[in-house]
Amino acid sequence: MSQPGLRTRTAVLIVLTVIFNSSGNLCLSIGMKHVSRVQDWSLARLAMLGRITAASGIVWVGVGLLALFFISYLLLLSSADYSYVLPASAAGYAIVPLLGYTFGGERVSPLRWSGVLLISAGVMMVGRTPVRTSTVG
Amino acid sequence: MRTTSFLLLLVLSGTAGDLSITRAMKQVGAVEDFRPSTILRSLLRALQYASMWIGVGLHALAFGSFLALLSWADVSFVVPASALSYAVGVVGAKLFLRETITFSRWAGVLFISFGVVFVVIG
Repeated sequence: MSQPGLRTRTAVLIVLTVIFNSSGNLCLSIGMKHVSRVQDWSLARLAMLGRITAASGIVWVGVGLLALFFISYLLLLSSADYSYVLPASAAGYAIVPLLGYTFGGERVSPLRWSGVLLISAGVMMVGRTPVRTSTVG
Repeated sequence: MRTTSFLLLLVLSGTAGDLSITRAMKQVGAVEDFRPSTILRSLLRALQYASMWIGVGLHALAFGSFLALLSWADVSFVVPASALSYAVGVVGAKLFLRETITFSRWAGVLFISFGVVFVVIG
C-alpha cells in the first residue's frame, strides 16, 4: 500500500479506536456506578454483583465497544508502527475535555487546556512522521 | 516502595504486552480488506503466534497491577504516572521492533506525555 493510502487508512483507524475506547469506557463507568452501590463483599454479595453487572445493558454495550476498540487496534498494529499508533491514540485525552467544554458546559482549568495543546501539538508532530518504518514481520 | 514497584510492573508489562501483540500482528501482515470474514481470519491467524498469547498474558498482568494500585493509590496519581508508558513504548519499539524513531517522533511523544499529565492533574 502507498504511504498516502496507508496514512489515510491509519488515520481513520486511529479515529475509530479513540471513539470506541472513549465511549466504551464511558458506558462501563456509567454501568459500574450502579454496581458499586453494593457495600458488603461476601461471596454471596459478589455473586449478586456479577448478576447485576451481567444484567446491565449499558455494561454490555461498553464491553461491545471495547471489543471493537481492540479489533481496530489490532488492525492498526498490523500495518503501522507501534511508536506511531501509541502516541497518536493519546488524542482521546485531548478530545474528552474539548467535548466536555463544548457540549457539557464544563469548566476546564488553564493547566488542562495547556495539556490539550501539548497533546494536540505532539499528535501533529508524530502524525507527520512515516507511518511504518519497522522491518519486523 | 510498593507503589513504585507496582507502577513499574504496570508500565513494563503493559508495554511489553503491546510490543508482543504488535509483533504478532506484523507477522500476520497488513490487513487491507475490512470485510468481517477477512478480519476474523486475520485475528484467528494472530492467535496461532505465541507472541499474541504472551501479549494477552502480559496485558492481564498489567490490568491486575492497575487494579491493585487503585486499591491504595489515587487514580489522579496512577493515570498521570502511567503516561511514562508512552516513552517506554517508544524505546521498546526501537529496541524490539526495530522501528526508526525520528527526532519529530521523540519530541511528539514527550509533548504527549507531559500533556497527558497536565490534563489528568489539571
